[in-house]
Amino acid sequence: MIKRIKVGMASCGIAAGAGEVLELLKEIAQDKEVVEVGCIGHCYAEPLVEVETDSGNYIFEKVQPKEKDLQKLLELDEFTRFQPHNLRIDKERLLITSLAGKIVPTSLDEYKDHKGYEGLKKALEMKPDEIVEEVKTSKLRGRGGGGFPAGLKWSFLAAKESEQKVLICNADEGDPGAFMDRTLMESLPHQVIEGMLIGAKATGARKLFIYCRAEYPLAVKNLNIAIEQIEKEGLNIIDGEPVDIMVKEGAGAFVCGEETALIHSLEGKRGTPRYRPPYPTDYGFHGYPSAINNVETFANVPFIVREGGAKFAETGTENSTGTKLFALAGDLKYSGLVEVPMGISIGEVVYDIGGAEPGSVKAVQIGGPSGGCIPADHFDTPIDYDSLTSLGAIMGSGGLIVIGNDRCMVETARYFLEFTTRESCGKCTFCRIGTKRMLETLERITGGEGSTEDVELLSDLGNKIIRGSLCGLGQTAPNPVLSTLKYFNNEYLAHVEEGFCSAMECKALVDVFIDQETCIECGQCIKNCPVDCISEDYVVDNEVCTRCNSCIEVCPVDAIARIAKGGEVSVRN
Amino acid sequence: MSKEKVMEKSNLIKVLQTEQKKEGFISDAAIERIAEEFDLPVVEVEGVVSFYTQFKRVPPGKYQIMVCDGTACHIIGSTLILNWITDDLGIKDGETDEEGLFSLESVACLGCCSLAPVISINGKVYGKLDRKKLLKIIADYKKKEAAGA
Ligand SMILES: Cc1cc2nc3c(=O)[nH]c(=O)nc-3n(C[C@H](O)[C@H](O)[C@H](O)COP(=O)(O)O)c2cc1C
Ligand code: SF4
Ligand code: SF4
Ligand code: SF4
Ligand code: FES
Ligand code: FES
Repeated sequence: MIKRIKVGMASCGIAAGAGEVLELLKEIAQDKEVVEVGCIGHCYAEPLVEVETDSGNYIFEKVQPKEKDLQKLLELDEFTRFQPHNLRIDKERLLITSLAGKIVPTSLDEYKDHKGYEGLKKALEMKPDEIVEEVKTSKLRGRGGGGFPAGLKWSFLAAKESEQKVLICNADEGDPGAFMDRTLMESLPHQVIEGMLIGAKATGARKLFIYCRAEYPLAVKNLNIAIEQIEKEGLNIIDGEPVDIMVKEGAGAFVCGEETALIHSLEGKRGTPRYRPPYPTDYGFHGYPSAINNVETFANVPFIVREGGAKFAETGTENSTGTKLFALAGDLKYSGLVEVPMGISIGEVVYDIGGAEPGSVKAVQIGGPSGGCIPADHFDTPIDYDSLTSLGAIMGSGGLIVIGNDRCMVETARYFLEFTTRESCGKCTFCRIGTKRMLETLERITGGEGSTEDVELLSDLGNKIIRGSLCGLGQTAPNPVLSTLKYFNNEYLAHVEEGFCSAMECKALVDVFIDQETCIECGQCIKNCPVDCISEDYVVDNEVCTRCNSCIEVCPVDAIARIAKGGEVSVRN
Repeated sequence: MSKEKVMEKSNLIKVLQTEQKKEGFISDAAIERIAEEFDLPVVEVEGVVSFYTQFKRVPPGKYQIMVCDGTACHIIGSTLILNWITDDLGIKDGETDEEGLFSLESVACLGCCSLAPVISINGKVYGKLDRKKLLKIIADYKKKEAAGA
């Protein structure tokens, strides 16, 4: 018998059409309880619906809002059931996302039924330094990118004497291709808040902020509901005193993820970083001692206190304990959110979990605009803080983009640099002007006007920016360029020496070519060309063509392709 | 200044966000009004508004098209998507058309990378786009508008 039906209604589920599925399900299954849950991580299979029955739970994938499909689902049809592939199940390790998509995010009762707030209960009976000690034993390192030991940071704040201490959850998630923190907040808001309350008890902070990216309305909503619920039950009372928790929305600036900038933004100012020291634990929000941790860092804390730091440290490696969430995307089959033990190899994540075809991938980009690329021949590298840093990448917050063989690495580097250049706050000359110069140089190279000197200039400038920048944005901005220069130097050289982009991606280095042999003269390309540059006998005027690909998209027989400029041989298939 | 007063200023961004949600943008008049409310110089409020990309100084179109240019979407071809919209509507990134019907903006990750490439129109997300799908979506909005007008 069906007990209840759960529809995955995290952002990506909604985007895939889960809202319509939910509506229709409520209509045709009126006698059943239909609830909204968060993300189970298998985003590639959205919309996902799970049916709870007496005899177990069944998940259905790619559910369409059609009555026939939903009827099948209600009959527990065996054919459309979703079975995650075994390799993934073997490799993942769910320490912090085990409840994601399983419980109703905004149900306090359901969270409690699954050991929710047991960690807090335990913490309230411990002495602050015992909690800090437990977190130190766990060797939990900050998940926001830097990897600073969380227990140590808490001990700094705990040691401060002050009329007010502040604990801040960094939920700015600025990496433009990462959604780990969003998923945690949408799917498990209570777990994040429990981690923060434990932190409050451990450090003596009584004012708590969650600084959340503005583009995450659902996360903000769920957090606020959760806060209201715990306030009602008095779960926010520590040592007889209510703790104030507030969600503050950011306003779209990557640099505000940097901790001093974040504090400025919280104070209502422009979010520019400042020189450290003093560190926020000495001088933070309005001068009060403040500690900042990432969402995922906090989400790990309930487990650590509940089950013990030693138990936590059993997962992962000696210096990188626990698990890491990754937002897997790009050229692979199973994109979505995965939680893996630290120390797993990149290859296992890309091929076994992500289902990318071996041989089809040339690199991954880890850590977004602050990170670097790692080429496929280094995919046996274990994912831990130190190994990744030694390769010129960083753990970052968890964006992991798989780059297929047919992408241009120079263009990828240019993309990230364009992002950081735009996001630089402009305070430091090297970061402001230096990244701009680097971007112009990269644009020369992708624009077919680069020289070998330009390639040399890039690494020279990159190293100067790293040394001459105040905050992490400038200090890491050159990473995507430097790492591609290191591992894909041949691509840079092919661009400047031969005017050749093997991926056929750089507009200035390609022509658009119609193969007269294949063409069936349907006229579609002419009709769809925005600049009318295809002649009546189907020849493209490449002087006028904007390389918009419209003709390539509409041609019914694939007679049109981008080819290397001036050549007619290397047709991209 | 007392601590109370300083705390108030930390609500500046919140107030601007409320204004933006209500009006769709931040007008000169709104800046002056808010500066007065907070007892701050107008330039300081301007400075905050210009720092954060979320705040718009011009009114958006009735249909706000956001093209995701996050990493996953970029790699899979968001530049082409943006150009196709420009070719179709005659507006570039950051512009609104003359009728005030459509505005176009490229943004960072919309949070559903598994559906890349992705756009959203007034918050509704459309994923796994190719040119045909994209043009059909825009055409449907145009039709809807023509029928309503
Ligand atoms: C430009 C820049 C952007 C950052 N963005 C984020 C972010 O979005 N989320 C985050 O948790 N940390 C971000 N950080 C790191 C924070 O400054 C800080 O180290 C982190 O929040 C500390 O928490 P953790 O120790 O738990 O990782 C960013 C740093 C820089 C320099
Ligand atoms: S490094 Fe760049 S972003 Fe950071 S403070 Fe300097 S100019 Fe601003
Ligand atoms: S790529 Fe675009 S501009 Fe060039 S010929 Fe084809 S349709 Fe015309
Ligand atoms: S669309 Fe293709 S088949 Fe049709 S005329 Fe153009 S090249 Fe020929
Ligand atoms: S958002 Fe639904 S499975 Fe990821
Ligand atoms: S990069 Fe486009 S949705 Fe994430």
